[in-house]
Amino acid sequence: MKEILNVSNAVVEYDRQGLKVRAVAGVDLTLNAGEILGLVGESGCGKSTLGKAIVGILKTAHGEIVFDGSQVKKLTRGQRPKHFRNLQMVFQDPYGSLNPRRKIGAQIADGLVVGGSSRKDALHEAQDLLEKVGLPRNAIDRFPHEFSGGQRQRISIARALAAAPTAIVADEPISALDTSSQAQVANLLVNLVEEYDMGMVFISHDLSIVRRISDRVAVMYLGKIVEIGTVDQIWNNPSHPYTRALISAIPHADGTGFMPQDLPGDVPNPMSPPSGCRFHPRCPLAMPECAEIEPAFRTLSDGRSVACHLQTEGSEPVSISIG
Amino acid sequence: MDLLTVKNLTVTLATGRGDAAAVRDLSFTVGHGEFLGIAGESGSGKTMTALSLLGLLPHKGRATGSINFDGREILTSSKREYRDLRGKEIAMIFQDPMTSLHPMLTVEVQLTEHLRHHRKVSKDAARQSALELLSTVKIPDPEAALRAHPSQFSGGMRQRIAIAMALACEPKLLIADEPTTALDVTVQAGILKLLHQLRKERNLSVMVITHDLGVLSSLTDRIMIMYAGSEVETGLTSDLLQRPRHPYTKGLIAALPGHTNDAKSSQTKRLLSIEGMPPELGNFPSGCAFHTRCNYAIAACKSELPESIQISDSHRIFCPVDPFSAKASIEGAK
Repeated sequence: MKEILNVSNAVVEYDRQGLKVRAVAGVDLTLNAGEILGLVGESGCGKSTLGKAIVGILKTAHGEIVFDGSQVKKLTRGQRPKHFRNLQMVFQDPYGSLNPRRKIGAQIADGLVVGGSSRKDALHEAQDLLEKVGLPRNAIDRFPHEFSGGQRQRISIARALAAAPTAIVADEPISALDTSSQAQVANLLVNLVEEYDMGMVFISHDLSIVRRISDRVAVMYLGKIVEIGTVDQIWNNPSHPYTRALISAIPHADGTGFMPQDLPGDVPNPMSPPSGCRFHPRCPLAMPECAEIEPAFRTLSDGRSVACHLQTEGSEPVSISIG
Repeated sequence: MDLLTVKNLTVTLATGRGDAAAVRDLSFTVGHGEFLGIAGESGSGKTMTALSLLGLLPHKGRATGSINFDGREILTSSKREYRDLRGKEIAMIFQDPMTSLHPMLTVEVQLTEHLRHHRKVSKDAARQSALELLSTVKIPDPEAALRAHPSQFSGGMRQRIAIAMALACEPKLLIADEPTTALDVTVQAGILKLLHQLRKERNLSVMVITHDLGVLSSLTDRIMIMYAGSEVETGLTSDLLQRPRHPYTKGLIAALPGHTNDAKSSQTKRLLSIEGMPPELGNFPSGCAFHTRCNYAIAACKSELPESIQISDSHRIFCPVDPFSAKASIEGAK
């Protein structure tokens, strides 16, 4: 498997009234071609910030993000080196991410023109891309407001595809959509990843959809990844109490009256993260050492990595139950 | 007698292309102490149904039919009668507590306002009730919370405050429109637990409106599914989710990513989806509005409005084909 993206010790800071807030506080991850990596966590955990840093919309304060052999630098007014075109992003809000005053065709063609096509060829190719994402070819002459949320998200995806990406960061691409469109757009993304052998970071707060379409899952809490492993490992036998809490909170639409479990408390303010393990104030299984020592990442015998004092490097995962 | 009996409710809204029916000939009931779920995609008319109960339809919106609440007809109420009803007998909580709470007023002002209006109680008595309400919805440190502004709380806490406000005058019916959609699952679970608890303590009747069948599964006794302004299926929560009979309900449930550990579904990444999109207001197809997306549609679906078919006392569908009945599956096998 070919690695196309490598994030090591990435730190992203925001300025808040002169103070530095670490929204992403040291993240390592890799993405392979043809793979969907799900990135989950509650709002405020830094997953969107990380996604933006990966494509270069935000600057990293420390650490490295390497895409296809070269380091990603923050976007500037100048033109990016050509091969970074292949790293694209799809945003959550299909209403805010398209220009309302330009025709669909022109917006998709931009990416192709930057890639060296003539305007005329680009418009033709834009039609092919629209067809690829399940929209009619004549949509090039229409404006964003003529389309529904699901269709607009397809247009955003077509626009990303115009740059022939090898990696896409999709930030909550289906969260704003209706139930019917959610499944359709999720399927479209899965199809495209397979067809083009792309890598995709799929950012979502919805673990049940991530579980269906991803190969691996990274669980983020307050700027750090707490557990990363295959979908089966994470879903069937989570080894971090936070992962377990996220799964237990999902309601079951099975008509049995199952009551999901809540996780009291909120994600703490990243300006003053808790000492030791960042999850310890909310962790139902916290031990005294959790408040003092920050747990290092440890790789378990099944290959997953987790940052929790309950787990031991190289051992079988200790199964976690809460509540 | 049920607490709420809605009969043949039709809501017409003014659109750019003339009047259009957002809710069409809808009939349903909510019993005393019952949790009814209304599910549907955006544009299915579920929110308009709720707003018509409160007399809060948008400008130029009209409702016809009958809404019997607690033994009296309320659809013909005057503005003044609606004002006495809202907050006192029927209360509503909305999706985004940041927009339903006033950002510049303290929690105390907002929590005591309608108590003082509806109940004519003194300031001190209202304050005392507000403190009790805040502890009912499990806000830590109610004293401090009263002095705070909504922005000082997280989304989950704000929704709890909105629930406290809704409960202040002990309404008979609570309408919750997407109460947890804007929240994280971990916080959502807390709100679901709270609503469940309130129900036990207060014998509250609740109408929960959401597109999330998982939320309805945890909370409700019955579910009504809406499509393009009409009811397509209503049944007990367990019947409807486990044995859906309408092709649209079946499609919605099949499109869920699922929560079980069955290996077959984790191997395949594709979700089942209903092709096409829900129709827009003013553009609802003729006959059964779902016929354009339905794999089982017959000629009659296009021309005739479906009649209700009673499957059991509590379960009915609006589908002349009923493709998932025992009879249909025997015929299919032949």
